[in-house]
Amino acid sequence: MRLTCTVNGSAQQVDDVWEGESLLYVLRERMGLPGSKNACEQGECGSCTVYLDGVPVCSCLVAAGQAEGRAIGTVEGMGSEETLHPVQQAFLDAGAVQCGFCTPGLLVATDDLVTRSLAAGAPPADAEIREALAGNLCRCTGYEKILDAVKLAAQRMAAPTTGAPR
Amino acid sequence: MRFLQPTTWAEALEAKTVHPDAVAIAGGTDVMVAVNFGRLRPAALLDLTRVGELQEWGTEDGVVRLGAGVPYARVITELGDRLPGLAMASRTIGSPQIRNRGTVGGNLATASPAGDAHPALLAADAEVEVASVRGTRTIPISDFYRGVKRSALAADELIAAVRIRPPSGPQQYSKIGTRNAMVIAVAAFGLALHPDRRAVGTGIGSAAPTPRRATAAEDFLAGELASAGLWESRAELPATTAARFGELVASAAAPIDDVRGTAAYRVHALSVMARRTLGWAWTEYRTSKEV
Ligand SMILES: Cc1cc2nc3c(=O)[nH]c(=O)nc-3n(C[C@H](O)[C@H](O)[C@H](O)COP(=O)(O)OP(=O)(O)OC[C@H]3O[C@@H](n4cnc5c(N)ncnc54)[C@H](O)[C@@H]3O)c2cc1C
Ligand code: FES
Ligand code: FES
Repeated sequence: MRLTCTVNGSAQQVDDVWEGESLLYVLRERMGLPGSKNACEQGECGSCTVYLDGVPVCSCLVAAGQAEGRAIGTVEGMGSEETLHPVQQAFLDAGAVQCGFCTPGLLVATDDLVTRSLAAGAPPADAEIREALAGNLCRCTGYEKILDAVKLAAQRMAAPTTGAPR
Repeated sequence: MRFLQPTTWAEALEAKTVHPDAVAIAGGTDVMVAVNFGRLRPAALLDLTRVGELQEWGTEDGVVRLGAGVPYARVITELGDRLPGLAMASRTIGSPQIRNRGTVGGNLATASPAGDAHPALLAADAEVEVASVRGTRTIPISDFYRGVKRSALAADELIAAVRIRPPSGPQQYSKIGTRNAMVIAVAAFGLALHPDRRAVGTGIGSAAPTPRRATAAEDFLAGELASAGLWESRAELPATTAARFGELVASAAAPIDDVRGTAAYRVHALSVMARRTLGWAWTEYRTSKEV
């Protein structure tokens, strides 16, 4: 079947999609967007987390056809190599990236958390961070640096004018 | 495989009649795991996420009608006050990503003995509204579960909604697992006190072939509360009553040994969860204002 949707703001159309295929497979294998990672294909690890109409979901559990006409946001849409997104920069600065396999999913989940928390008026508390990232597994860092990175990102995104003008 | 994508409820029911072997898909959090691992190759997937009616909830004659396709995240944020037991159970499900997609309708149709919505729905005396082109019928929740992962749903039927009366008293939910997130329950227990009709509701999860109520425990506790005048006096609950309630809940279970826990552990855990949730609920009842 044919699938038409918007990915990171641009219209995408792919043909010959198998009806049982996941959105993750479509992104990685048909659209050339391998940022979202495939680690478990059963919703357990969060490495495939993307925005679907603004809501973070496991793309391995979204049937391709369910994304028809929807807006998808992946890690590729967050920043460029020259200008990293503040969440990406915070993960690097805090040492929260080791093998990096979990990172794309964590970046999306963190971006969602920090954006929602700041819109509600305060950076996320420790317990909220742990809760919000409970569906993202990391086998390398031990999570402490990830918590640091989220707090750093929240701090920077709350005060976007500090540092060089962007 | 075909991919059917109805946009109205009538079209969805029509599609399910024309293709009875089509597998419905809502949040996909059960279906896609099975498809990804090659365990499920249906003739067609019937996507229900475009059917607007299923994504809504409303109140009819004081009863909440929760569309089968409303994800857990919305049950928690939009219905935490009206459906506290179901919202508590929803908070324990999977992870934020799973709660953003997974639905009560999907939990019901999967009918796993470990599904977290079930104990809360049993305790609250919910009703399941199912429909086909033949018409709509309402199934009391305790008649819905028919065996391990089997329900009263016919091949041409879809779940439209669950109907739940907002509580007249406290509700609680308790779940045992190895982590605070992303766990299938080792055992779970839902409790609802119904002071308006002087009744008690219970639901046991992961400790029998189907989710089930502990009716002897419900009758015992309702009887004790009535005979000691405790509904009116709101006095302290005797420890012996709470302990006996726990024992009766545990004796309603019929668990097995599996990778998640032993039968003996499940029985013990249920008695503890029943006693504790009753303690919390009773404290809330005692300190709440009379209605
Ligand atoms: C990582 C992970 C963690 C999980 N954790 C938990 C947990 O903690 N507790 C828990 O209870 N469950 C858990 N689950 C299981 C799953 O999320 C729930 O059962 C969920 O409620 C399924 O809803 P869904 O909308 O995703 O269903 P789907 O996968 O879309 O469908 C499930 C079944 O329901 C049928 N169906 C769906 N909607 C309808 C309808 N309206 N009418 C008729 N049939 C319908 C489908 O055909 C299918 O058979 C977890 C799953 C994953 C992947
Ligand atoms: S690959 Fe989707 S959650 Fe692990
Ligand atoms: S950095 Fe390796 S899994 Fe997280």
